Amino acid sequence: MTFEIIVIGTSYGGLAALQTVLPALARDFPLPVVIVQHRGKDSDNLCEFLRRHSALPLSEPNDKEAIAPGRVYLAPRDYHLLIERDGFALSTEAPVGYARPSVNVLFESAAEVYQQHVVGVVLTGANTDGARGLAKIKAHGGLCVVEDPAGAASRGMPQAAIDATPVDAVLPLPEIAPYLNQLCQHEPRSFYAS
Amino acid sequence: MSALVQSDQTQLEDIEIALLLEGLYRVYGFDFRDYSPASIKRRILERMRAEKITTVSAYQDCVLHDNACMERLLVGLSVHVTSMFRDPSFYLTFRRKVVPVLRTYPTVRIWHAGCSTGEEVYSMAILLQEEGLYRKSVIYATDISRDVLRKAREGIFPLAAMQEYTGNYMRAGGKHEFSDYYTAHYDNVIFHPALKTNVVFSEHNLVTDGSFNEFHVILCRNVMIYFNKALQERVHNLIYESLSMFGVFGLGNKESLKFTPRADFYEKLDGHDKLYRKVK
Repeated sequence: MTFEIIVIGTSYGGLAALQTVLPALARDFPLPVVIVQHRGKDSDNLCEFLRRHSALPLSEPNDKEAIAPGRVYLAPRDYHLLIERDGFALSTEAPVGYARPSVNVLFESAAEVYQQHVVGVVLTGANTDGARGLAKIKAHGGLCVVEDPAGAASRGMPQAAIDATPVDAVLPLPEIAPYLNQLCQHEPRSFYAS
Repeated sequence: MSALVQSDQTQLEDIEIALLLEGLYRVYGFDFRDYSPASIKRRILERMRAEKITTVSAYQDCVLHDNACMERLLVGLSVHVTSMFRDPSFYLTFRRKVVPVLRTYPTVRIWHAGCSTGEEVYSMAILLQEEGLYRKSVIYATDISRDVLRKAREGIFPLAAMQEYTGNYMRAGGKHEFSDYYTAHYDNVIFHPALKTNVVFSEHNLVTDGSFNEFHVILCRNVMIYFNKALQERVHNLIYESLSMFGVFGLGNKESLKFTPRADFYEKLDGHDKLYRKVK
């Protein structure tokens, strides 16, 4: 199985969780990593904050920006972030489950385009966003990873994801980045080289 | 269901959606064929769920034969949800960098392209009034959808949103009490009709219609994100042609002029806030 993209969704407690995951990704991580962290409409500094904790270059994509490997992308505040064949697309459609950005919107669009080549990761969060999206990733043959609800800052999102679909791995937070590193270490980076 | 079957189904759905959009264009004249595919697919599937229809082909039958069904689709495809003084720093920069230039003009023509339900139109009207420019200004507020224009014209918004809007207004450099501009009525507020005396609400389709005037300011924020690159290029050309020399063009926070055919014809007024001045 070859993977082409990692999508991560998180909400309450996500800031701390991402501070564990992002620094532990391999410096030569071969895939793009796309994150929805639920955030307020005036959370202007989140990108800068996470950048300081990321092993890989991290940015908020502009509309229609190409998706590059070995980079981390953070959904900007007050937009949905969608994946298309030739890059990112943004949308100001209504919030989904009170969330904009919404994890489900990102995950579902990733499954549509990348089919079985998606790895979906659901981390801590106090709602159920991501469950429907992860089920769609699974239905398209992708790989589903969920933070162990027992140790999560908030068990809501991980538990909802586990309830929604037979996930491939339930892991304590510190093991998630090593798992992704292992999973993707043989992925051909040249696939994306421009 | 196996992965292979799912991927086949995705492909089939994409074909069906292309056929539906082709039909919508040829029967009704609404051209969504060059819209950004991920979001348009989402919205079509959402409409289908609401209509309790399971295949896009069956939905096409409904849309092409039933005018009311088509109208509902049109509303579903056209609405995006914005707020007053969205991205307050955009309006703050507008006050500081654009208003002083507009003061020197005898009249000011502004085009708000893709105004949706009007939140950002009323924001601009308030800003212009506070800067003493409103009386000599005309705002042309256009959208493809008759339905959202009707709402924009009413100027009625939910009371629950006012707390957020008040915060935005203050950060946007607001000079009065935000509540001076509306009257509350049960769960809604109505904005003072004086704010729309110089606003012309009108149907205009960025995909198929041409330029209709020359403007000093054109705002087209978070509208082209729904278009694919080819259509974005067309609209960038249309906006360029509709803007007077040294006119100002405002985009959404995550939109960029980079890589568009007109990029070299503008200079940045303020890099962060997506305000540009036409210089060629």
